[in-house]
Amino acid sequence: MAQQGDETRRNGLAIALLLPIVLVNVGVFLYPVLNLLSTSFKEALPGGGIGTEFTWANWSTLVQDRFYMEALLRSVLMSLLITFLTLLCSYPIALYLHRSSGQWRTFLLVLVVSPLLTSAVVRTYGWVAVLADTGLIKNGLEQIGITLPFRLVYNMTGVVIGLTEILMPYMILALLAGFGRLDPRCEEAALTLGARPIQAFWRVVLPLTAPGIALGCLLCFVLAVSSFITPRILGGGRVFLLATEIYDQAIVTLNWPAAGTLSILVLVVFGLSLILYTRALRAFD
Amino acid sequence: MEERKPSWLLKVTVTVLFVFLLVPVLVIVPLSFSGENTLRFPPDSWSFRWYGELWSNDRMWGAFRTSLVIGAVVTVLTILIALPAAYVIVRLKVRGSELLYNLFTAPLLLPTIVIGLAILIIFASVGLLGTRLGIALGHLVLTLPYALRILATALNALAVTVEEAAASLGAKPLTVFRRITLPLIAPGLVSAGALSFLVSFDEVVVTLFLAGPEATTLPVEMFRHLESRSDPLIAAISVLLISLTLAVVLIVHRSIGFSTSFTR
Repeated sequence: MAQQGDETRRNGLAIALLLPIVLVNVGVFLYPVLNLLSTSFKEALPGGGIGTEFTWANWSTLVQDRFYMEALLRSVLMSLLITFLTLLCSYPIALYLHRSSGQWRTFLLVLVVSPLLTSAVVRTYGWVAVLADTGLIKNGLEQIGITLPFRLVYNMTGVVIGLTEILMPYMILALLAGFGRLDPRCEEAALTLGARPIQAFWRVVLPLTAPGIALGCLLCFVLAVSSFITPRILGGGRVFLLATEIYDQAIVTLNWPAAGTLSILVLVVFGLSLILYTRALRAFD
Repeated sequence: MEERKPSWLLKVTVTVLFVFLLVPVLVIVPLSFSGENTLRFPPDSWSFRWYGELWSNDRMWGAFRTSLVIGAVVTVLTILIALPAAYVIVRLKVRGSELLYNLFTAPLLLPTIVIGLAILIIFASVGLLGTRLGIALGHLVLTLPYALRILATALNALAVTVEEAAASLGAKPLTVFRRITLPLIAPGLVSAGALSFLVSFDEVVVTLFLAGPEATTLPVEMFRHLESRSDPLIAAISVLLISLTLAVVLIVHRSIGFSTSFTR
């Protein structure tokens, strides 16, 4: 009897302690997101209004409008390219970090993590200063008599360069986590058995670090598809992507059902990449 | 066994890549001392004029104050809400703890642009749009998962036997929590608080959807400024922001050590 009373008291205490977080989570996250999903099946009324009748109209507009389909395709292709470049730039750093040790390793690790603690707006502005027509690269090249015939920023080039750098810390950390299973003795064994360093890398190191690569790629792809601040500024409003369209529909056009529909599209891309990731992981094992 | 030395090729590649990784932050500091009217790097002349411009820019200062206030409020609320939740999930182990933990950390899985839009539509109908309260609530959704994770890890690492010893010596549950549990998870509290403040202070996307003319934060104002101009004013603000972040990190480092607080 007493034990049952204890149990009830315990549950009562648990509910009381959980109440605040449940209120915030349900009120400001769960309900709004579910509501957003239903919004995409409602009619858009002028001035940010949302109708009450069920309709497929937003989806049929989306599928028939070439502009949106191109934005979707552009988002996915751009994010794939960025993911690949991020992997290419991060792998050597992660490998070097994995092989170094002590204070030096800690110092480099702090350097890798520190950009994560800097606002995306600040880092994006840094890239404007580097890539602009009067910025570090073009200005520097002109001092030695070279004039680049193309712009480096306010177009897709700028977005790809900026996002690649901004996503590198995530990739490096994911790769490092995956390198845990890389025993240096495996590589040494391959080398002793007569493999050339390149062969040892392709046949031993790379396959062993594949899970880390997959995790980093998933993370970077997902972050690239949904990134908004960097594409907006480094794209100069001329690079149309899913995320920038969501913002435009929500804030400028005030067509919330359309913005909601595009959001679901982003979530579908998220889901598909997650499925691909789990498939890849299973293939490695 | 002899340790494998990285080849010179790897060293050169890594150096170049580190320059790539750090260059956007590195150019900002000298750029903030530019004497030019517009963005030019390297500048032809140097001055403190952009810090002067920043000093007299009421819009940015107002936004900075709002960011500080919202950051502080969000930090306190995050700890007050996440600590009891972490306690229930780790210590009381009620049925469905696992499920609750996943639900409470779920916001980290969704893109902020979707979360921002979802909250925008709800807040528009209840009049929270463009208010500080609304922005703070939006930030809470993003800070709570981090804090919950850090605090749950800290509580998990703390042996139950220590708490049981205190209880067996006659301490009431609340006394055990206040005198034993709380001091022992202090490092977790500090890093959860610092991270919550930094997340709230740096947040742009969700805030962009929720901000209005009456309530706006510094990153949002910087973004809006950058949409039309790219003058060195933003560099001056950025140096200020980087210094602030550095200060927070140093405080955390002083109290618990950088590596234990961020690599965990």
